[in-house]
Amino acid sequence: MAKVLVVTSGKGGVGKTTTTAATGAALAQNGQKVVVVDFDVGLRNLDLVMGAERRVVFDLINVVQGVAKLSQALIRDKRLENLWLLPASQTRDKDALTDEGIGNIIAELRTKYDWIICDSPAGIERGATLAMRYADEAIIVTNPEVSSVRDSDRIIGMLDSKTVKAEKGEQVKKHILITRYDTARASRGEMLTIEDILEILATPLLGIIPESQDVLRASNVGTPVTLNNANSAPARAYIDAARRLMGETITMLVPTERVGLMNRLLGRRAA
Amino acid sequence: MQARAEPTRQQVRLRGRSYVAFVFCPFVPIVGWLEEIDATLARSPGFFVGKPVVLDLSAVDLSQSAIAHLVTSLEGRNIRVLGIEGVEEAQLTTSMPPLLTGGRHCVLQQTKPEKPEAKPKPTSLLLESPVRSGQSIIFTDGDVTVLGSVGSGAEIVAGGSIHIYGTLRGRAMAGVNGNSAARIYCQRIEAELLAIDGYYQTADQIDDTLRNRPAQAWLEGDVMKITPLN
Repeated sequence: MAKVLVVTSGKGGVGKTTTTAATGAALAQNGQKVVVVDFDVGLRNLDLVMGAERRVVFDLINVVQGVAKLSQALIRDKRLENLWLLPASQTRDKDALTDEGIGNIIAELRTKYDWIICDSPAGIERGATLAMRYADEAIIVTNPEVSSVRDSDRIIGMLDSKTVKAEKGEQVKKHILITRYDTARASRGEMLTIEDILEILATPLLGIIPESQDVLRASNVGTPVTLNNANSAPARAYIDAARRLMGETITMLVPTERVGLMNRLLGRRAA
Repeated sequence: MQARAEPTRQQVRLRGRSYVAFVFCPFVPIVGWLEEIDATLARSPGFFVGKPVVLDLSAVDLSQSAIAHLVTSLEGRNIRVLGIEGVEEAQLTTSMPPLLTGGRHCVLQQTKPEKPEAKPKPTSLLLESPVRSGQSIIFTDGDVTVLGSVGSGAEIVAGGSIHIYGTLRGRAMAGVNGNSAARIYCQRIEAELLAIDGYYQTADQIDDTLRNRPAQAWLEGDVMKITPLN
């Protein structure tokens, strides 16, 4: 059974595209056939993070408008043969998306893939509502700060009312993914705690991704963080999250400050 | 010259109208028949009140005094006889109901008690899931109960009171139709704004010592009071 998964947040810059790429790659590494779809028409980024920007010929809008066939627009990942990308158009805007066109594309993708991951643009307008429209599941990417949490709350409300599933009286399965979790700041009490976030959002937690230089480094070289350095803390957190999506039960670890051996010997806390 | 106002004469207009009347057909013995009527009245006392009733005496042969007695016995049971059928005019006196002729038979339609089509409007609204940021719940007919939290940036507008079994982080406006007796109850108060019947307090005005506790808000005159519950 194909699953349509939307990665959304309301707020921008919280890590939707990073999460789409990393989760897509992690699911593909687990043998799932995955396509990641960029809905951020006009401000596309997923092709860069996936390292496929030089290979884009046709895009989502071409397919929506019938200019190109779906198979012509899909780009296969060079590293993982189970992973595909459907890029957005950079020259158009979100008004070029139509409900019917997206519906047809999603229906066609459902016949070919196990996971269709939709990378939502920020905001609550047309692009974001169409990205979540056909979703079966949703990852709500949240940073541990009040503005991000409130925007996530708003998006959850929309997932419960504006999706096809909601209109049929069913529920989109929702997961909270906390990203950019800064262990040092958390230990100083400068961020919202995990408990606070989950209390406000009243939605199950999928994973906690620690703030890390590895994420930026991976983006810059155009590789999903789970492929770039699978042993890094964020990569391991994403891999666990992907396995939870597949139904496995994995203990949730709250990232804690890593104390170096020397510091431990000297009885010092890392800065 | 003196103008003389001609008194305008109203034309008398006569209109025809027909009514359906109950026709009573007494049988002998009249005492037994009256017992039947009494039995009907015992089942539904108001059944004949205000209904036109006609006596058809064609089945019985009664003297003038007997007819007068029958009419008074019916009046004694609160049944007023509109007219009498099936007798010679000579048998009736002027104090009796008039003789009627030319009545036509008709089928009495059993009017079923009309089922109230529209159910009475519900006077309360129950929400079983959290109210998310950006959602606006407006229910002016009565109370709103939320089994869950009300997110920051969400609002509840109620004609009656508001009950929140969770944290109130958004806005709650109770008694919007001028109901100053409406109250707001919540399990944890972190509200952005509370209003009752137009009187409001913003987060800034709410006492910090109340925060994160169960609380209720109500109006005392034109002052909003917020106190901890239990």
